[in-house]
Amino acid sequence: MSVSGRSILKRIDWLSVLIYLALVLIGWINIYSSTFTDAHSSIFDFGTLYGKQLFFIGVSLITIVVILALEVNFYERFSSILYLLSMVSLLGLFVFGKTIAGATSWYDLGFFNLQPSELAKVATALALAKYLSDIQTDIKRGKDQFYALLIILVPAILIIPQPDPGSALVFFALIFVIFREGLPLFYLLIIVSLILIFVITLKFGTVWLIIGLVLLIILLFALKRKNLKIPIIPLSLIGVAVILFSLSVNFVFNNVFEQRHRDRFSLWLRLEEDPNKLEQIRRTIGYNTYQSEKAIESGGLFGKGFLEGTRTKGNFVPEQHTDYIFSTVGEEWGFVGTATVIILFTILFLRLISLAERQKNAFARMYGYGVISILAIHYFINIGMVIGVLPTIGIPLPFFSYGGSGLLFFTILLFIFLRLDTNRLKESF
Amino acid sequence: MRKILLSSLIIIIAFAFLGRLSYLQIFSFSPDQVLEDPAIKAIYDYPERGYIYDRNGNLLVGNDPAYDVMVIPREVKPLDTLEFCGLLGIDKTKFIEKLRKARVYSPRLPSVLVPQLSKQDYAKLQEKMRKYKGFYIQKRSLRYYDTSSAANVLGYISEVNEGDLAVNKYYVQGELKGRTGVERYYEDLLRGRKGVQYIQKDRFNRDIGPYKNGASDTLPEQGKQISITIDKALQEYGELLMNGKRGGIVALEPATGEILSMISGPTYDPSLLVGRERSKNYTKLYNDTIANPTWDRSIHAQQPPGSPFKTLNALIALQEGVLDESSTIRCYNGFYVGKKKRGCHCGGGLRNMNKGIYLSCNAYFAGTFRKIFEKFDTTDEGMDVWEKHMRSFGLGDYLGYDLPFGQKGRIPNKEFYDKWYGDNRWSSSYIISNSIGQGEILATPVQLANMTAAIANRGHFFTPHILKKVEGKEITEPKFTKAKHTTIDPKYFEPIVRGMADVYTKGTASRLQIPGIEMAGKTGTAENFTKIDGVRTQLTDHSVFVAFAPVDNPKIAIAVYIENGYYGSRYAGHIASLMIEKYLKGEITRKDLEKRMLDKTLEAEYAKPYSGEEFKINERVW
Repeated sequence: MSVSGRSILKRIDWLSVLIYLALVLIGWINIYSSTFTDAHSSIFDFGTLYGKQLFFIGVSLITIVVILALEVNFYERFSSILYLLSMVSLLGLFVFGKTIAGATSWYDLGFFNLQPSELAKVATALALAKYLSDIQTDIKRGKDQFYALLIILVPAILIIPQPDPGSALVFFALIFVIFREGLPLFYLLIIVSLILIFVITLKFGTVWLIIGLVLLIILLFALKRKNLKIPIIPLSLIGVAVILFSLSVNFVFNNVFEQRHRDRFSLWLRLEEDPNKLEQIRRTIGYNTYQSEKAIESGGLFGKGFLEGTRTKGNFVPEQHTDYIFSTVGEEWGFVGTATVIILFTILFLRLISLAERQKNAFARMYGYGVISILAIHYFINIGMVIGVLPTIGIPLPFFSYGGSGLLFFTILLFIFLRLDTNRLKESF
Repeated sequence: MRKILLSSLIIIIAFAFLGRLSYLQIFSFSPDQVLEDPAIKAIYDYPERGYIYDRNGNLLVGNDPAYDVMVIPREVKPLDTLEFCGLLGIDKTKFIEKLRKARVYSPRLPSVLVPQLSKQDYAKLQEKMRKYKGFYIQKRSLRYYDTSSAANVLGYISEVNEGDLAVNKYYVQGELKGRTGVERYYEDLLRGRKGVQYIQKDRFNRDIGPYKNGASDTLPEQGKQISITIDKALQEYGELLMNGKRGGIVALEPATGEILSMISGPTYDPSLLVGRERSKNYTKLYNDTIANPTWDRSIHAQQPPGSPFKTLNALIALQEGVLDESSTIRCYNGFYVGKKKRGCHCGGGLRNMNKGIYLSCNAYFAGTFRKIFEKFDTTDEGMDVWEKHMRSFGLGDYLGYDLPFGQKGRIPNKEFYDKWYGDNRWSSSYIISNSIGQGEILATPVQLANMTAAIANRGHFFTPHILKKVEGKEITEPKFTKAKHTTIDPKYFEPIVRGMADVYTKGTASRLQIPGIEMAGKTGTAENFTKIDGVRTQLTDHSVFVAFAPVDNPKIAIAVYIENGYYGSRYAGHIASLMIEKYLKGEITRKDLEKRMLDKTLEAEYAKPYSGEEFKINERVW
């Protein structure tokens, strides 16, 4: 152990580790600030939220040591079992689950609540990597594509009824892993197009969509080279499909969606122009977003300073220490603080991508992509929501948000990959 | 392609986030947010508004405590409504309605239940107050007037409006601000500066401690006690004399420019604009558009000055050397402008300057006026010189006194007449009415008083002002303490002053001399017109009088302008004489004169144009 331990410390990617530590530290400082009250108590007081979080940081650090100490092929070997275990634990929630804030997502372990969906993220990333790296899997084959998708879908389907649609959504990010390994980009194109059509229809209406489409086609004809033939029939079929989809979006939005769903979208896409209704939305479903935007805005360039965030102190942003922790950064540390966090995450992701790409071992590479996809989707949706550019979907900011299970499993997720990376030069373990 | 897909997305997202964050935190950010921050509440500590004293240290305006009964609906416990309503002096239905409104406004925040309880009601209520949970008494301070006069000078205060809030960031909704008079002009002195304490609030609007540990909190700064130049006794006496009359009186101390009294008739009791009845009273005063009690005639009423203006024409003639005091002009019971004769009441005959003044001979001054213009090659030159001299007496422009409003009056110039008649199409005969203070000249009572002070001082004046002391210290502002010199050499004033003194001894005001005081004055009778159903109709002349006394070392200069009071010595002359006596002697020896002024009103005169019937003007009643 002592020899290999030293070599692990030599080969581990210290840049990633340092960024991880920085994010955890910054996160804790902001949790401290947003849960701090003037009744001074020690930071080691585990009755306080920041005290508890400090405890979980300690637990995470110990876990890191354990992860690094374990045999590197352990993860690949046990990934299937881990996946099954986590699916069972998700199922078990239907019987033994503890309900907090309307969602049955936790096991009560006495001293803390375990959220098995966090475990499932790690397990699914491992299982997917394992399946895709199997010598017999060919992602070009429809059957294998289906199985790969199934690995992602099972936990998502188990999590949706908790209900926790946010966490369920996270699993779909793992599709990026399949793309990386050869799923035709055609699928991605379709998904992106559908999302675009959905948004354009709601924001500008079907008429404008058609006008845009016609302009696009005219442009295509104007720019076409002489010898190039434009496939008129498929093109018009696509056009018809787009228009039909757009019309169905209208229908679904107006007739299938409930008012609260419509409100979320009108909030996100700024569809509401009547100031009275806007005010109404701000006070009800838009309250969190509005308060968090205002808190961030009031921070200005340099922020109000540590423990000086007036809106943070006044608890104006609900769930500020969990999902909305980034608004504390915005208010107290200003643009300097928020930009620092964005840049740290960006560097971490780019670094992890380059680490994944340099793996000789397919399992390690695919798992690496799984880690990045999961972390990045959290980061993207969470910050997007807090700064008001994405609809409200309640998922935490990795390493930042208050929550023991979250911090612990994000740490495990990341450090398994960093452990695999220490063995990157070997093709198989 | 596959390899860079994720990296590109990560970078695009980073730029999108940084873009959005810079939009929020750099472009939308405005630093002045402390008061808009819902998490911070400013609690103000209001200093007491400064007291106002008269020149002799008598209190004019102070403060009176008033008691508002406040309620925090959430904390209200069941109570004996009947007894409580009895103590408050309101009925039960009203009480329940008010409580409901307060609850609608906010269950957590205090609302006013009953405003401005009297001291008596407060005394009764105070000892029982602890029985009623959720109610408390908030003390605040109201203006208290120790006089029923000088409303036009003192002005009033009222709540700030949207406009004030936009202009001056100091104020917040619900605060009081001076609206007119001294209250407005010296608002900053009287108001002091409120102290502020910032409180950190949570989203339920509960206090959770001081903001930044009180680092930005400030202590209130007391309002200043000020003394104004008004003589309370004289002001009150003047307003008594104005009983039933419209017009303005302004008395100055020539040696300093201090305004001893500034009276506008009709006026109102300043206490009317304080307390629960305020808005009712204000509407009543404001809607009286005929008598116009809120219009300060002493500084706003621009009228033809009439004969007192002759003295200035005489001074200009002497200064320009176009005649001397012994030069004579013959009065043919009037004078001719072209072939048209204008009348004169002086009796006719040969007039020198002295006689011209004390008999107020129109012909003499018409001649004088012509001579001034004949000195110059062109009428334009003459007009420029004449205008320059006139303006040096503070006429035709704002005087610069420390009251918030006022009017310029009018001294016409060559451009004025060029527009009227055409360039070079007029001469001194066209504008001859200016020689006797009619024509195109307009002046306010305060301008007339200032002109009189300049004559009393033999050639200089101090800008009239109302502020005397701040916190017991005399003001030193050069604008008010430095003399302004007229363009007339002091040596030319003696003949004019002598003429004015003779007005009292053998002239138009010979019955108004105060025994034992040498006085100088000048009567004026100003023709005036109004439109009745679109027809220009002449009304009874305005009665005008300017005077100063004693002739040597003058203590008071006064201008009295009584609308439709007929000839100068009738109303204005009487009032001027009584005012001077009151100021110099402190008591009135001529009780008959006083009684006449206190009793006689001009209401009948003022009713004439509105009667809808034919009426006579300039009726000799006594």
